Amino acid sequence: MRTENQKAWFFVLPVLALVAFNALVPMMTVVNYSVQETFGNNQFFWEGLGWFEQILRSDRFQAALGRQFLFTTLILMIEVPLGIIVALSMPRKGFWVPVCLVLMALPMLIPWNVVGSMWNIFTLPKIGLLGYFLNDVLGINYDMTQQPLSAWITIVVMDVWHWTSLVVLLCYAGLVSIPDAYYQAAKIDGASPWSVFRYIQLPKMKTVLTIAVLLRFMDSFNIYTEPFVLTGGGPGNSTTLLSIDLMKIALGQFDLGPAAAMSLIYFAITLLVSWVFYTLMTKDDAQ
Amino acid sequence: MAQIKLSNLKHSYMPSPQGPQDYALKEIDVTWRDGGAYALLGPSGCGKSTLLNIISGLLTPSEGQILFDDRDVTALPPDQRNIAQVFQFPVIYDTMTVGENLAFPLKNRGVDPATIKRRVDEIAEMLDVTDMLNTRASGLSPDNKQKISMGRGLVRDDVNAVMFDEPLTVIDPHLKWKLRSKLKELHQRVQATMIYVTHDQTEALTFADEVVVMQEGEVVQIGTPVELFERPQHTFVGHFIGSPGMNVLPCEARGDRALFEGHEVVLEGPVSGSGGRTDLGIRPEYVGFGPEGIPAHVTKVADIGRHFVVSAMVGASPVKAVTEHAPPEPGSQVFLQFKPEQTRVYRDGWIATEERAR
Repeated sequence: MRTENQKAWFFVLPVLALVAFNALVPMMTVVNYSVQETFGNNQFFWEGLGWFEQILRSDRFQAALGRQFLFTTLILMIEVPLGIIVALSMPRKGFWVPVCLVLMALPMLIPWNVVGSMWNIFTLPKIGLLGYFLNDVLGINYDMTQQPLSAWITIVVMDVWHWTSLVVLLCYAGLVSIPDAYYQAAKIDGASPWSVFRYIQLPKMKTVLTIAVLLRFMDSFNIYTEPFVLTGGGPGNSTTLLSIDLMKIALGQFDLGPAAAMSLIYFAITLLVSWVFYTLMTKDDAQ
Repeated sequence: MAQIKLSNLKHSYMPSPQGPQDYALKEIDVTWRDGGAYALLGPSGCGKSTLLNIISGLLTPSEGQILFDDRDVTALPPDQRNIAQVFQFPVIYDTMTVGENLAFPLKNRGVDPATIKRRVDEIAEMLDVTDMLNTRASGLSPDNKQKISMGRGLVRDDVNAVMFDEPLTVIDPHLKWKLRSKLKELHQRVQATMIYVTHDQTEALTFADEVVVMQEGEVVQIGTPVELFERPQHTFVGHFIGSPGMNVLPCEARGDRALFEGHEVVLEGPVSGSGGRTDLGIRPEYVGFGPEGIPAHVTKVADIGRHFVVSAMVGASPVKAVTEHAPPEPGSQVFLQFKPEQTRVYRDGWIATEERAR
């Protein structure tokens, strides 16, 4: 007869307690707020799924969500191919390797809000170096504080500047792990540069590329600090991404219920899209 | 298929080599017969992989020429030389099936689909991988992967030569002999020139018709396995091939005799040249025991199955002997006899006795 006991659970308890303290309990307070209404004085009234319905139906949320998807799509479409191209053109050995690596890592070492301020000062018309150059030297009408298009171009370029390095470094790590013999065999087999990329480099980069895409998706989908410092969501609401909108509701208007419901929807979308990406990108490995 | 000729080949990895010490390959002149099976044998770092990469075109030599059937290919890139190379670690295109892997070199050369299919089926049958053609190549065992990388070379019917760069390194011991005999069988079927790089003498001697022994960027001897064993041209060959290797003992040369630890030893023939360091070379297999000869003190006897290896001291020189019969006891005094036609003098490492006419 097999004897069983449940002692093993005790070993999991410390971790469970820690996770509960810093993740589960705070998360549950959000869930708690999302189904209630309050008028202050710590008095709460049951609201059910009302806030969720209201948020999902609101034009404001849908517009912010649309902007968010547009932003993230642009970021992924620019940063992933650009990162691969830069990684492919970096030297694999010699004196320039550490130089390139440090240069690549630099943008990522700068704090988010500093990046926002830097680009703000850089792009301000009249004062900023780029703003002055575009307007007064090249004669292009550019003003990210007034024109939505200028503002969009600026936040996208800023993010590309800040985060393409991450994709580059991850891809580079995948590339340098390919033994020379693969390239030599490809040469002997008469493979074209495209075939070398398609059948050797890309498959070997796939794992790190999956991580890169996931990280870039999550980071860009949750982006807050840089656009907040740069444009504050403006001009108008043109660069008000989901997180900025959420902060306006939660801290600006102090609507705890709707803000909590929106957080949960936001979280669910991030989780769902990440899961879809991950499943799609790893489905070949399952065989 | 082609005869491969290397003439005055030198290679240095440095941009401006100063002296011979800067060369990974020093002055190589070799001709490889069309359809032969050759082995390049030498310790790690002797330049054998460099030589292989020069033949396949992955490296351009600093000096000298490579001729395929008298056509100078020194400047041609690998894909135009029609050679195949199998590397130490199996190279497989992970995302393709076994069949697609085999078809890849042909597809890159624009061969029509019907021919590709015929060749792939032929090669798959030859390598016993027909049942795997539609499986993903990434999941195969190392020996099957190595077979596929070999197959990618053989699938082209215009290959001049197939080169193997220590192809059995990652293969499990019990599969090694299987793959090795497969190689031998393939060589007989496709009749291509095959060059096999290894540092394992058993692999070299069983695979090749002729073995090229290299040391420090130089070809020391080219010969059949028997020639390498029976008459090493250099003490290095004598020592590197055979187990245990040849005895190399300091001596003085005197005409057709040598003085070793004060004892006169008869040689295979007269010694030529003068000066330099002289050594006596004799294989343990040709050292016998007798009622008279060179007195020696037995220090150790090792039973290695089919025969015994006896270690003895003659004065200050250790001598090894191999015997199949009951060996002398350790600690006993014996008399060693050197077989004259297998006893030679080497001057600065190179053979210095003339072969006596038989």
